[in-house]
Amino acid sequence: MQNYLTEIFGNELVAEITVYVLNTIPVLAFIVLFVLFAVWLERKVSAHMQDRLGPMRVGWHGVLQTVADFLKLVQKEDIVADANDKALFNIAPFLVFVATLATYTMLPFTSIFVGSNADVGIFLVLALSGAVVAGILMAGWASNNKYSLYGSLRAAAQIVSYEIPTALVVLTMIMVYGTMNLGDVTEAQTSYFWNWGIFGGAGLGLGKFLLVPFMFVAFIILFISTLAESNRTPFDLPESESELVAGFNTEYSGIKFSMFFLAEFANMFLIGSILVIFFFGGYNSPFGYFGNLIGVDWLIPIEQLFWFIGKGMFFVFISMWLRWTLPRVRVDQLMTICWKYLIPYAFFNLLIVGLILLI
Amino acid sequence: MSIYDLIFYLFAAITVLSALMVVSSDNIVRSAFYLLATFFGVSGLYVLLGADFVAVTQIMVYIGGILILLLFGVMLTSNITNVEIKKGMKNVIPAIVGIGIFLAATISMMTNTNWKTQPGEIPQTTSFELGKLLITDYVLVFELLGILLLIALIGAASMARKEQE
Repeated sequence: MQNYLTEIFGNELVAEITVYVLNTIPVLAFIVLFVLFAVWLERKVSAHMQDRLGPMRVGWHGVLQTVADFLKLVQKEDIVADANDKALFNIAPFLVFVATLATYTMLPFTSIFVGSNADVGIFLVLALSGAVVAGILMAGWASNNKYSLYGSLRAAAQIVSYEIPTALVVLTMIMVYGTMNLGDVTEAQTSYFWNWGIFGGAGLGLGKFLLVPFMFVAFIILFISTLAESNRTPFDLPESESELVAGFNTEYSGIKFSMFFLAEFANMFLIGSILVIFFFGGYNSPFGYFGNLIGVDWLIPIEQLFWFIGKGMFFVFISMWLRWTLPRVRVDQLMTICWKYLIPYAFFNLLIVGLILLI
Repeated sequence: MSIYDLIFYLFAAITVLSALMVVSSDNIVRSAFYLLATFFGVSGLYVLLGADFVAVTQIMVYIGGILILLLFGVMLTSNITNVEIKKGMKNVIPAIVGIGIFLAATISMMTNTNWKTQPGEIPQTTSFELGKLLITDYVLVFELLGILLLIALIGAASMARKEQE
């Protein structure tokens, strides 16, 4: 494609830049489409759990409702109050969104499409989710509003605390797979479902069976701590409506508000896909590929995309399910869960998995 | 000019300009946020030097850790925005002379030294080699640093507890 673009532009440098920009478009398009779908799904899930119907008017069962909402949101006036710190106020939503978008480049959607096959993979994902905190603090500070500031401080404290159990479990997984590259992690779980991480990985023998319970513990810890990192109920203290209006994005309107919204929903799929990559075989099909069966090679990546998004959506659905089932935890309970339960369990799990891997 | 040069100058400009803004800004919170851009630019430079692991560690430790701590400190300290930050010119001529001598020395050293260069070979992955070195050649330093961090952690926890009682 680069050669083709060089012919058009007559300049290699411009062509190269264009290629890099074009490479990010599939991921960006995926996030936007996913968010449009996920917002509709969230409203439908919540409605059906409360014995309502939810959006029904726009399109079939309201599928186009979010498109309409988005159009409305874009048209809204972009309000910047006088007392806001203007520059920081305007940068913050983009910083949050770009950091989230950058983590998506590390995800192997299929065996042929990965945004960046960097070796540091999961480590960069963790680092950038730490960088999001800076954007949230920036938004809270620049809003010059005590609710926003409290919301952003809560969000920062929560994300920084829950990064520790997340990092410990990720360390355990790096030990199991021996790599930080998410593409390689997925490839280690190829073929049938008993090779998946949750069933002890691809190795055979005693180690595989010993690993199973500890992989399950790791999965539960990672699920809880990433759920807390994405600020979803039952851990949605940063934006608890009854106390803080809407948390750090109270002052935002229009397109900037939708940036935070996009980042939040993109985070939901991100944590789902991290769980899928580490424990449920990433893009691998559980029962072999239909394309292999009938001998059509180009069908395989499409099937892989289907499995990856399907499994990821399953965890997105679970987090929605939890949101409409569980009440919010208190701040002290939030910290107790993290420091007194998740971190010690994650440490012991790390030690035991290390011992099992040695034998 | 290849795209790597372009990216290098972009990151270098981000680093230098934001570092300048950190020291010249009136608002201490703004200074902290300019520091974010500086750290980010430095990590970009690490990537261009082929040190991917160091670059990510830079983001993790400096942006995800130290900067957040700094922001918490700045935001939770009351009246910090009212603190007058001393700025302005003082002793201009000695400063210019000092900087001039330093600059001239650096430039003459840069041009006169016979640098040993070899064609750059970008290492593909650094994390594996780094891990191996840490556990073989530098294992003593690694363990000592681990103990030092553990002592700091226990000390911090015990100080935080004492205040509560």
